[in-house]
Amino acid sequence: MTHPDGNATIPADPDSPGIGAGGLVLDEPLLWERGRYGRSAVDLPPSGVPHRPLTGPRAGDGPDWPDLSELEVVRHYTRLSTWNFGVDTGMYPLGSCTMKYNPKINETVAALAGFAAAHPLLPDDACQGALAVIYETEKLLAAVSGLAAVSLQPAAGAHGELCGMLMIATYHRHHNTGKTVVLIPDTAHGTNPATAAMCGFTEVKVPVGPDGRMEPETVRRLLDDSVAGIMVTNPNTLGIFESHLPEISRMIHDAGGLVYADGANLNAVMGRVDMGKMGVDVLHFNLHKSMSTPHGGGGPGSGPVAVAESLVPYLPGPRIVHEDGRYRRVDGSALSIGRLHPFYGQFGIFLRAFAYLLSVGNRLRDVSGLAVLNANYLRARLREAYDLPFDTDCMHEVVFTDAKQRGSKVTTLDIAKRLIDLGYHPPTIYFPLVVGGALMIEPTETECKEELDGFVEAMLAIAREAESDPDSLHRAPVLTKVGRLDETLAARKPKLTGD
Amino acid sequence: MRYLPHTPDDIADMLRAIGVQSVDDLFRSVPESCRFADDPDLPPPLDEWSLLDRLSGLAAAAGGDWRVFLGAGSQAHRIPAVVPALANRSEFLTAYTPYQPEVSQGTLQAIFEYQTLMSRLTGLGVTNASMYDGATAMAEAVLMALRITGRRTVLVSRLVHPHWREVLSTYLAPMPDVNLIPVPSAPDGTTYLGTVPETREPAVLVMASPNFIGVIEDLSAAADAIHRAGGLLASGFSEPLALGVMKVPGREGADIVFGEGQSLGLPQSFGGPGLGILSADRKFMRQIPGRLVGETVDAAGRRGFVLTLSTREQHIRRGRAVSNICSNAGHAALTAAVYMATLGGSGFRSLAGINRDLAEYFKAGLRKRGFKPLSAADTFNEFAIIPPDRFPERRQALLQKRILCGMPLDRYYPEYRNAWLFGVTEVAGKDGIDQVLEELS
Repeated sequence: MTHPDGNATIPADPDSPGIGAGGLVLDEPLLWERGRYGRSAVDLPPSGVPHRPLTGPRAGDGPDWPDLSELEVVRHYTRLSTWNFGVDTGMYPLGSCTMKYNPKINETVAALAGFAAAHPLLPDDACQGALAVIYETEKLLAAVSGLAAVSLQPAAGAHGELCGMLMIATYHRHHNTGKTVVLIPDTAHGTNPATAAMCGFTEVKVPVGPDGRMEPETVRRLLDDSVAGIMVTNPNTLGIFESHLPEISRMIHDAGGLVYADGANLNAVMGRVDMGKMGVDVLHFNLHKSMSTPHGGGGPGSGPVAVAESLVPYLPGPRIVHEDGRYRRVDGSALSIGRLHPFYGQFGIFLRAFAYLLSVGNRLRDVSGLAVLNANYLRARLREAYDLPFDTDCMHEVVFTDAKQRGSKVTTLDIAKRLIDLGYHPPTIYFPLVVGGALMIEPTETECKEELDGFVEAMLAIAREAESDPDSLHRAPVLTKVGRLDETLAARKPKLTGD
Repeated sequence: MRYLPHTPDDIADMLRAIGVQSVDDLFRSVPESCRFADDPDLPPPLDEWSLLDRLSGLAAAAGGDWRVFLGAGSQAHRIPAVVPALANRSEFLTAYTPYQPEVSQGTLQAIFEYQTLMSRLTGLGVTNASMYDGATAMAEAVLMALRITGRRTVLVSRLVHPHWREVLSTYLAPMPDVNLIPVPSAPDGTTYLGTVPETREPAVLVMASPNFIGVIEDLSAAADAIHRAGGLLASGFSEPLALGVMKVPGREGADIVFGEGQSLGLPQSFGGPGLGILSADRKFMRQIPGRLVGETVDAAGRRGFVLTLSTREQHIRRGRAVSNICSNAGHAALTAAVYMATLGGSGFRSLAGINRDLAEYFKAGLRKRGFKPLSAADTFNEFAIIPPDRFPERRQALLQKRILCGMPLDRYYPEYRNAWLFGVTEVAGKDGIDQVLEELS
């Protein structure tokens, strides 16, 4: 395989500060560039019944898909998988994504035939074990949040946001408040304003204060009769705890608004912070972040919501109740926002989260404690080499910038790409938007000290390289199957399907 | 705790490097007023073996051992062993959304292939990287049609899955200016299209084929009717296997296709996670929500894949994005792609044929036992049928044997008051059908 710098192979550098070693990368064509018509990777048993084909104008020929043998399919996907980097491959400090270890036992549990083969419309008496999982998971998540009740219906974080903001919209409609504005800090994830817009709200931005926090005075200036609520992520996307949130919540409540908490960064505070005491009315969880379920290369996730008493009647239906030792499904209340999922949410995913919560149990506060310890350790070890835009205590993640490297014409993108060659997944880059050239690093609690030290050595080596040999950073990565890809071409001449 | 690697020495070294005394000191920015007064009520941690014992107990009572003669949006299908073995490789399973393409080419090529295979199944030029499930794919299809046409009237066939229609209502609740009009069903189990021409400025007609009661609809007549009124046809399905014997919806005139892809290698898992399929005519490419993977090249001219057209999306466009969706059902899409590759076009057509044959065999057997099909309309592997009077009692006896046979349609369809929805797949097969027929004799 040829690399952009012309070397046929890139030998492992014995002095490399990283663990990227280069090696054999096999090529693999597209699926339909393989195979021959008439091959098959599956032998179907005879049906034993008469053939009664569909005829007439609605009958068709079926899809034009390639025919492959079983081994061709196996090689295809096995080779593709080797071009991917996952948590199981190495440290994946992608900020705000909480790429912690995804326990194997959770996969075993989700694959138990009793769960995996259960039809969602079985009678209550036939699926007590599945209903128990839903009910018990809701109870555990309610305990973690400090709030009154939980619904597991939302299918992902943004779906949980939609659920929460629809509840807030319905609450205001029901109370006839006419409120239409939602306050959103400028550090927020893009999903927050997008969700507010889907729910018919107008967004007003709250600028972050000089220490990276929202300030009560700023919120007070923006508050008026039109404000339906605020959407907050705490800790925020700078990895900083919004210490003024209790006061801000009181102001919002006094003005007749409600407080939405985005749980993307919950891993920092689990078992420690009581959302109810912070004045939160509704919180969404990202079980694929905080609760260790695999991200799957882009989902499926699971985004349950927890609510304070005031919003319980608005939860989506159906609900699960437990009476006389028996679980049963009931419709949502008359005020419910309605249904958000064809059945009960991402059962296979929150089942994994349930297994995780039972495994960790009351040591959940150690999870958040060690997540915060790991982030602060990286902050302490990297603060000389990289610019810290907000030099204050961080929680589970820390945001640096490329300000110290820009003089050598080295950018955040170059640093990220060079990390790949050294064997680490890059952090989240160029987010949050309030910081120029952000490098947002979230190590998570499942990384041990030696991994963190390896990552630190790699980052320090890159900082040195930025001064001594910036071009090697511009060329990176060179050990991957492909180098930097032309994203402009992809967008200008979109090719979204093969020929 | 097996997931927490820190030894006391590690913690002491790290605290020293940071310059604080204890882990709790790192939380000094959290006001006392925000903290739990008492630790949250969580149980003691479980070791792996105790955990497995406890959850195996719940699994044994979760219903997976039941034989179910019902689809209704969740289909029992065999899953070839290679599908989970490949899709669950941890390089795929433990990766994030492929924001760093150089280390995500596995996911990206697999999703590009998914988009291609799915476009060939739906007959439309663009398929996104997935939505959460069929219901939310349908809701997003409608939002898309509202944006494209600028109109505010949505026609939805009553024969679309009732739960999916509820989800659509939830999504449209914040848009009081949107008029959601149900399109009635006809006695033969098809959608009655007569009201379409009477509707003023419809944005979209939403159909499903096969529809909720299993009937294969005349989509080309639906397309003609809505296109004459200047609207779009969005057509869906909850059983993609039907497209192995049917004409694909894109060739029938659908402008947007949505569907549930659980049949394609995903376990039923008590209703989730599923796979939301969303395809559209290529001219609507910039209005489709969610992730899209596109082909490109690197500096050396080598083929590679990236997420593209992201100016549609929330992380770039924020409040003006076409949707708030972020994580989708990526791993479900990848699993479906492996399934599609495993069956291939030939295997998929054969399996679809087997499902249709089994359903026709089941229908014929029931007819001999006094059941009357709701109509003579073509069906795939689900159908509505009117049972004889003795059926509820017999069905009760089957429940004792852990067999669920059909569901009554009256809760959702008073117009089909006496009819029940039945379904059968290769999982029950001929032997399973014969057993039920025996019990119903």
